Amino acid sequence: MERLITVALVGNPNCGKTSLFNALTGLNQKVSNFPGTTVEKKIGEAKLSGQVKLQIIDLPGTYSLYPKSADELVTYEILRNKSETNYPDLVIFIADASNLKRNLLLFTQVSDLGVPALIALNMMDVAERRGITYDIPVLEAQLGVKVIPINARKREGIDTLKQVLLTDLPSVHKEYFSLAAVDKNMLNDLSKATDKRNAYAALQYAINAKDLLSEKSAKLKAIFEKYTFNIRQFLEDEVFARYHIIDVAVKAARLKPKDNLKQSVTRKVDAVLTHRFYGIGIFLALMFLIFQAVFSWSTYPMDLVEMGFASLSEYVKNALPAGVLNDLLVQGVLAGLSGVIVFLPQIVVLFFFIAILEDIGYMARVGFIMDKVMRPFGMNGKSIVPLIGGMACAVPSIMASRSIENKRERLITILVIPLMSCSARLPVYTLLISMFIPDTAVFGPFNIHGLVLMFMYLVGFVAALLSAWIFKQFIKSSQQNYFLMELPGYKMPLASNLLITLYEKAGAFVLGAGKIIIAVSVVLWVLASTGPKAKMDAVAQKYTVQMERMSEAEKNEALIGGLSMQQNADYLEASYAGQFGKFIEPAILPLGFDWKIGISLLTSLAAREVFVGTMSTIYSVSGADDNLDSIREAMLKEKNPITGKPTYSLATVFSLLLFYAFALQCMSTVAIVKKETDSAKWAIIQFVYLTVLAYGSSLLVYQIFG
Amino acid sequence: MNLSEIKKGQQALVTKVNGDILALKLFEMGVLPGELVSLEHIAPFGDPIAISIGESKLCLRLEDAAHVEIELTAWKD
Repeated sequence: MERLITVALVGNPNCGKTSLFNALTGLNQKVSNFPGTTVEKKIGEAKLSGQVKLQIIDLPGTYSLYPKSADELVTYEILRNKSETNYPDLVIFIADASNLKRNLLLFTQVSDLGVPALIALNMMDVAERRGITYDIPVLEAQLGVKVIPINARKREGIDTLKQVLLTDLPSVHKEYFSLAAVDKNMLNDLSKATDKRNAYAALQYAINAKDLLSEKSAKLKAIFEKYTFNIRQFLEDEVFARYHIIDVAVKAARLKPKDNLKQSVTRKVDAVLTHRFYGIGIFLALMFLIFQAVFSWSTYPMDLVEMGFASLSEYVKNALPAGVLNDLLVQGVLAGLSGVIVFLPQIVVLFFFIAILEDIGYMARVGFIMDKVMRPFGMNGKSIVPLIGGMACAVPSIMASRSIENKRERLITILVIPLMSCSARLPVYTLLISMFIPDTAVFGPFNIHGLVLMFMYLVGFVAALLSAWIFKQFIKSSQQNYFLMELPGYKMPLASNLLITLYEKAGAFVLGAGKIIIAVSVVLWVLASTGPKAKMDAVAQKYTVQMERMSEAEKNEALIGGLSMQQNADYLEASYAGQFGKFIEPAILPLGFDWKIGISLLTSLAAREVFVGTMSTIYSVSGADDNLDSIREAMLKEKNPITGKPTYSLATVFSLLLFYAFALQCMSTVAIVKKETDSAKWAIIQFVYLTVLAYGSSLLVYQIFG
Repeated sequence: MNLSEIKKGQQALVTKVNGDILALKLFEMGVLPGELVSLEHIAPFGDPIAISIGESKLCLRLEDAAHVEIELTAWKD
């Protein structure tokens, strides 16, 4: 009989929780929702022995169980609700040994809620470098819980921890804080009103829930009023009482007296990284380095992917008998997929840099440097991490904005994140930019492609700031506004943490984008190769007549050369897809877009990167090959049938670039905004705002330069 | 004197923390009466500041630091 133990990892931010989670679970982890809620959970599995399986829940880092931000609320919600299916059998509390006193504050609160817990004492090495060491048995005796020293980043102590879980699982909780000073009658009333057996849990729940607008919270508020209970004073007393208990324990267990003479490396590094000139210079230089890496260094693996797909298409084309299935696979599925998978290297490189900066602790410094800059726009320093993350993908970044305490600042950040140019725009930008600027163009040591790309990212960033300012004028808040953030010590990046992050992100991109792209490609291919019978017959008729009028020599030439391309184009125009493109053409003509771009705008409504796949499918259907160079060639050759001028003028491309920079063509973002703001209202406002912004800017640009 | 007025090289003792939610948040993050505090860095645009208190390094805006009352103890270094 297999036994399942559910444990939750709890701790302050930056205590090494993620490293421990990765060390315990490796790649056996997945992100999903708690049943029936919008609360996201990260769950992993590990085998303890033949019979015992460990289910590990990674909860967001928090400083206390009186949550002040949305991610802290997640942790509180899981720990307070005993009927929750994922309610843990045990909490593994990860404590940073170099900052033990503050870390233990949360530990005593968690334990008082009634969950059995043990302490994994992490970062002993960091503490030792600062001259702090602890006598573990004394600490255990003082606190009355099991303390296991670990080094999550070096994977030390993990086996001991597993062994304890297997043979010596703590089953009772310890109580630290006494409610003796609180009116017994009030606690009774609260316990009855909240169905909590534990008085502390009831009081804590009542304090956290009293500000919500529900019947229950009104009742709780009334109880507090009845006993004239001063919540502010109680909370202060509670914190001090806990710190006092912790102080006694920590002092008793501490081996050497504090010796703060050694200057830490972190301080020296920070003196440079937060310096008024060097700090900003280094930040800008890092951003620039990332763009160069994404745009220049990724070309080698991209060429490989492209070559791989080309030979795969060739193979499939020859291996399968000619016919509908062959066409569908080669011109529909493979053409669409290769157009997007080719950008995987760029996305991996981008995520790699963001993950590294986050892992070493640099992102917190960026928040510190930029707070003053963000303030006039209704955001704060903590908004910077989600905004920079938005350059990789808006979806995880919108979730990362949970760390922003102030509701209004968080909402504004969420609303403007999609303006940051995400990796899905890369394929679109790459294709469009390369149409007018040769690869070889350089400016000093820099590739001009890289510079133009950086300009597009800058356009997105400026638009995000200005939009935030606009939203700030309309969104009001009475919540107290503050900015308080820890600057964690620098750490060496950890290869396993980075690899797991990259594996997750790359997998999500390939699976997520892949699914949509295959579906869209197939549907599009069908729509582009079939059409209303009358129209299709008319095209067939036209060419039959033309052929009949030709001489033998002309016929042969036409069959081999140019006419078939024109013929394909006519068929596309007559197809269902073409008819639809034609239908919306009047609306997008003022932006400089023709009906073929119209088809792509429609298909990329679900996800931007589909634009490139659609373009390859459309131009593959109308005769061109399916690698990127040939799509570009085909697009450049494209002529407007009425004016005879090229369809893709500089003004059209610029207009298209702006459209893709601003428009919210990403269903995943719409879904996540609805989930995170808990209302369809803001998702709709955001979608409409961004669509109007995109249409307006494209219109302006094309009308001025077109 | 309050924390927003502290200068580089000064060391001070936190005597009182004012404010409502802000005060509780400060307590939870280790800004407590009786702790020694010193100024570590000033952000490039003059605000916020980074302080060292207890065993942690925190950053906060000057307007929030004004809620923390301090008493200078000595010049460090």
